[in-house]
Amino acid sequence: MKKAIVLYLHVHQPFRVRHYTIFDAGHQHNYFDAPYDDRTSNERIVHKVAEKSYIPTNRRLLKLLQDYPEFRLSISITGTVIEQLERWAPEALQSFKDIVATGRVEIVAETYHHSLAFFYSREEFERQVAMHRQKVQDVFGQTPKVFRNTELAYNNDVAYWADQAGYKGILSEGWDKVLGWRSPNFVYRPSYTNNIRLLMKNYKLSDDIAFRFGDRNWAEWPLTAAKFSHWLGSTDGATNFNLFMDYETFGEHQWDESGIFNFLEHLPQEWLQQHDHTFMTVSEVIDAFEPVDTVDMPHTVTWADTERDLSAWLGNAMQTSAIQDLYALEPAVLDTKDSTLIEDWRKLQTSDHFYYMCTKWFNDGDIHAYFSPYANPYDAFIAFMNAYHDMRFRLLEKGVVL
Amino acid sequence: MLGWELPPHNSGGLGVACYQLCKTLADKGADIEFIVPYTAQHDISFMKVTAAHPQGVAAIQKSGIAYDSYRYIYADGHDEVVDIYGQQALYENAVDKMLEHTTQEYEVIHAHDWLTFRAALRAKERIDLPLIVHVHSVERDRAGGGLGNPLVREIEATTFLLADKIIAVSQHTKNMIVEDYDIPADKIEVVHNSIDKDAIEPLDNDNTYRYLTALRGQGYRIVTCVSRLTMQKNLPNLLYAAKEVVERAPKTIFLIVGSGEQYFELISLAADLGISKNVIFTGFQRGKRWRDSYAIGDLFVMPSISEPFGLTALEAISYGTPVLMSNQSGVAEVIRNALKVDFWDVRGMANQIVAVMQNDSLRNTLYENSFAEYDRLHWGPAADSLLDIYAKHQRLAGAAV
Repeated sequence: MKKAIVLYLHVHQPFRVRHYTIFDAGHQHNYFDAPYDDRTSNERIVHKVAEKSYIPTNRRLLKLLQDYPEFRLSISITGTVIEQLERWAPEALQSFKDIVATGRVEIVAETYHHSLAFFYSREEFERQVAMHRQKVQDVFGQTPKVFRNTELAYNNDVAYWADQAGYKGILSEGWDKVLGWRSPNFVYRPSYTNNIRLLMKNYKLSDDIAFRFGDRNWAEWPLTAAKFSHWLGSTDGATNFNLFMDYETFGEHQWDESGIFNFLEHLPQEWLQQHDHTFMTVSEVIDAFEPVDTVDMPHTVTWADTERDLSAWLGNAMQTSAIQDLYALEPAVLDTKDSTLIEDWRKLQTSDHFYYMCTKWFNDGDIHAYFSPYANPYDAFIAFMNAYHDMRFRLLEKGVVL
Repeated sequence: MLGWELPPHNSGGLGVACYQLCKTLADKGADIEFIVPYTAQHDISFMKVTAAHPQGVAAIQKSGIAYDSYRYIYADGHDEVVDIYGQQALYENAVDKMLEHTTQEYEVIHAHDWLTFRAALRAKERIDLPLIVHVHSVERDRAGGGLGNPLVREIEATTFLLADKIIAVSQHTKNMIVEDYDIPADKIEVVHNSIDKDAIEPLDNDNTYRYLTALRGQGYRIVTCVSRLTMQKNLPNLLYAAKEVVERAPKTIFLIVGSGEQYFELISLAADLGISKNVIFTGFQRGKRWRDSYAIGDLFVMPSISEPFGLTALEAISYGTPVLMSNQSGVAEVIRNALKVDFWDVRGMANQIVAVMQNDSLRNTLYENSFAEYDRLHWGPAADSLLDIYAKHQRLAGAAV
């Protein structure tokens, strides 16, 4: 039986809120337009990530796709990052189009705005999924068939929704507490569903690349493509190795100097040395293998932190109150039929805003701090709430009674 | 006079009070040399401002935060970060050096607050003149009702014993000096602070808080608090009260203007209480934004655990906003037409805020009457009291010789 690497890369950038003050509220509504030199400048960050990650990684992926007919991968790419690439890095967007044009890069469905709308407004969630599908069709000419929810936030309800919506597969974290004795290296079926299949991230192997690759204190450092292929090849009874990670792992989270590009360039060559080794996209692996078991996940599991729950986004009262206040504006915002206002409201739904308000990193001081453009979670909260207040101001101007 | 700061190099009300008091004293004929521990440009003509700091110091960088470390930059280029105790010691030695070589004839030493007290005692030892110490706050105020720093209390206690006269900025402060330091009440004179209305910059017609202005048009009401975000100011209780208020008067916004070590804690607390969208934190503000913060309010709140005087209450009235203050504040002795509540009484605070939010006539009556009281205030009586005290102690000193 074939063994497949299922490489899935998630491409996303939020529209970060600048240091927007209460003195801006009612005067200017440009929450997302920081000066270029500011840490919250979206344009500057996109320039940097395009140069360090998107362009060099896609150049290598394209070469691999050309050199190895069996090489393939899946990506998800949010509407917010596509917009930013269109505005500030068209060359990088073209490089994505180029790899997709090979026909061996599958695009995964998600919300356009990388939001947690599923948990707050099912109607808004469905609108954002539809917006994303439309954007992917317009830009890449492809219609996604497999769904991932923002932050891989998954439970039985999400699976049920995706099944009803007609997706053939859904992605989740392969967290031990959910898997129990099971291995993530197979195709599963979610409980209470009819047709959909579940692919669970092999977080150990994924994190070897995404988090530990450049860590010189790691016992396995340096990780080579040969060593990694050997680990996978010597794993018995597996059908698929689900390597799910942020696209920005390549060149941004792991810098060029770490050898990450070298690893990527050599992985197909090393892995494909065995005739029964291959690569598959998420749809292909679902077509290729029958589910081995049913997985019941009543509680929400995500791919973040050691808790693997939503606590990185909704773990403190600042986060929960900010997101509740934002979604409470939904009927009033939609009623205005003001597309600029509605779009600003949607951009504020992006999960990253709530991640920046996380206070967990005040204790462990790790990954959250690296990803936040704010000095502390309180600054993130204040800037967000001031933008929220300005949304209310704009509604008041339109005669909405608040 | 020995003082720690003067505007615009002040971190709070102490510098403002010293400035305005000295200006009035000078108008009434007093010759004042005001000695501060730093070099800076003060645009002051009514008295002589002297810097007392160690030899060789070219500049001192202040942080703008009370009791923070300063950076002393020496002429030879090296610099040192000096903490508050170090600054006191340097100031004490510098003042002593100055007086050792002075040819100036002084008649009385007048020292403002504990940071200058060691220098004041040294000065008294060297030139043997009456020592008047002026108490703008004691350690229990600053410690939010706790005992505070024992080293500071010791400096205060020693100085209160050795001083010839103690001036307290309120009866509230006088009571604390009697209770905390066992000083006989007749050694302490209450001289209330006041406000210099000429120094109040006028508002313009366009309040900077456009969002809050729009909300007011929708029937919202604004509670303003301008304060350092520190334990003494009792802001957690204000937020607990705010929760009660918002439950009953949901169209209430609390505007909290200032910075301090409780900033993060208060933001979290507002979120924990579920009132984030009703509480706006602006950080520290100056100038127009600061003035407009008072002006946008329907009610100004000063809930301090202990407030020796409380200048912000008078500033609020000057900008058109009535005041709710804690009974534990000195300004409550000079403004009768204000809402008053014990600092621990969260429900009482909420009750009074709700009443103002729901009743504009209460708000207007309160304001008109408080403004009438405010309008009668000036620094003249305070300066007269001090001139009397100076004269009396000079006579006593003369009699002793």
